[in-house]
Amino acid sequence: MSAERTADIRPDFAIIAQWIRPNSRVLDLGCGDGALLRHLGDRKQVTGYGLELDDKYIPQCLANGINVIQTDLDQGLAEFDDRSFDFVILSLTLQATHFPARLLEEMLRVGSQGIVTFPNFGHWRARVQLGLFGHMPVNPALPHHWYDTTNIHLCTLRDFENLCHLRNIDILERRAVDHAHQTGLGLRVIPNLLGEIALYRFTRKVA
Amino acid sequence: MPESIPHDSVGIVQPRTVHFDQPLTLASGDVLDQYDLVYETYGDLNPERSNAVLVCHALSGSHHAAGYHHPSDGKAGWWDSFIGPGRVIDTNRFHVVSSNNLGGCDGSTGPTTVNPATGKQYGPDFPIVTVDDWVASQARLADVLDISQWAAVIGGSLGGMQAMQWAIDYPDRIRHAIMIACAPKLSAQNIAFNEVARQAIRTDPDFYDGRYYERAVEPRRGLRLARMLGHITYLSDDLMSEKFGRDLREGKINFDYGVEFQVESYLRYQADSFVGKFDANTYLLMTKVLDYFDPAAKTGGDLSAAFRDVTADSLVISFTSDWRFASHRSREIVKALHDNDLNVSYAEVKSHQGHDAFLLKIQQYIDVLGTYLDRIASTHPS
Repeated sequence: MSAERTADIRPDFAIIAQWIRPNSRVLDLGCGDGALLRHLGDRKQVTGYGLELDDKYIPQCLANGINVIQTDLDQGLAEFDDRSFDFVILSLTLQATHFPARLLEEMLRVGSQGIVTFPNFGHWRARVQLGLFGHMPVNPALPHHWYDTTNIHLCTLRDFENLCHLRNIDILERRAVDHAHQTGLGLRVIPNLLGEIALYRFTRKVA
Repeated sequence: MPESIPHDSVGIVQPRTVHFDQPLTLASGDVLDQYDLVYETYGDLNPERSNAVLVCHALSGSHHAAGYHHPSDGKAGWWDSFIGPGRVIDTNRFHVVSSNNLGGCDGSTGPTTVNPATGKQYGPDFPIVTVDDWVASQARLADVLDISQWAAVIGGSLGGMQAMQWAIDYPDRIRHAIMIACAPKLSAQNIAFNEVARQAIRTDPDFYDGRYYERAVEPRRGLRLARMLGHITYLSDDLMSEKFGRDLREGKINFDYGVEFQVESYLRYQADSFVGKFDANTYLLMTKVLDYFDPAAKTGGDLSAAFRDVTADSLVISFTSDWRFASHRSREIVKALHDNDLNVSYAEVKSHQGHDAFLLKIQQYIDVLGTYLDRIASTHPS
């Protein structure tokens, strides 16, 4: 599920780590090889679990010393009780799930806050590839061709924010980063055009 | 007979027996005044005595988990491919202890043992024991071996249930529980299969209410049927299809009741090789131990509550084709563990071998178990 979550690509980890309070309970959905949870364990003394479907990552997670539970996110988080975690993280995996909206709801059921990162389909290069050249974007953030990608629910920053609005989800923080994971002035002004990876921290809107 | 003993085998091993005089009060309320436990060990106990691993056997297993009993021994221990120097359960790093459970028929006190009170074999008078009783007896064995805490307790099937019970009953004496292809309790279907097996044995005319030793016979037909039934539940439909399909031994059907299909031949072979090696009363007892296992019974059916005092880290492994203890049964264990914020990892290994997969060297299974054991080995307290 999280083909991009390998140990050598951890663009969003530093930003996510800034958002996580020390000693938090964390659930990492699509945890890949467990590098993020390990990072958070080392830096922020968090505890919790990673969920991962892909066989090859399970021994890697164990080698990274994290708790991993092999499961399919598309089957939901029913085995986790309400408010079991401080943070539920979905890093570069939202776009590969079958039911992203349902999963966001589940994240805010089992956790107080959600953190989502995803490749921005509204990035200028994607727009140029689709709008000008007429083919599906292939770029560093979206490295696969349309026929072999696991990404089935791609969206832009604007799309994601619209969904949050519709679902009464309160966005607490947003970052957009480029391929070098820098957040310059341009990225703050026109994130939906310049951001390659979007990062959001959100919670349930209080009525 | 092994041509030569492989270099990564534990080699020739010697079972040992410990006699216990201190009475053991069983879950049933019965008391075993004295009993023996037979066990084997592989690999050295480190000076800190912190690298001991208890391997628990399943229904028809024994203390003989690895190695050979003599140079011309044709058959290695039941989990030999997993245990040895450099193997998954690496005896260069771990001191492995494997005992025959109470009620067994391989040397520990059980129905075939002579009851000192009567001078005759216990037979049906041997009390029905439970997983709790086994764990209590294993704890006494650990005392004798001066092992105050297991680095891990490992088991598959009924062995996994013992690992779970260890984590519940002796939180201070176990650092890791490794539960493979097991369940937190049997389903009605599981119990139903056990009951058919029991009825097969108990209705055999040679059963004599379990006192068949006195007549120098044994309920061979019943035990054969029980074993055949068991084997059907250990394999998967897919594996049986792949292994036997509808292949005929003679290439044609004979319109009679002889052995025609290869699968019939397989089941009869399994049955024949079991009879004479395994005691029918022990088989009955083992199925009862399985049926009664239900650690959540004491907490109103709430497994999470049953795990309240657990401190061990856990690894839970299931196999996709295991319909006897299917993956969702393992997930019940995983949920109850994470409900208690315990460290737990879970792998669902793709396999087509059914329940028996836990005995087989499947690469993903080996990778998961091996990596987890590496982790344990690197964190021995010294």
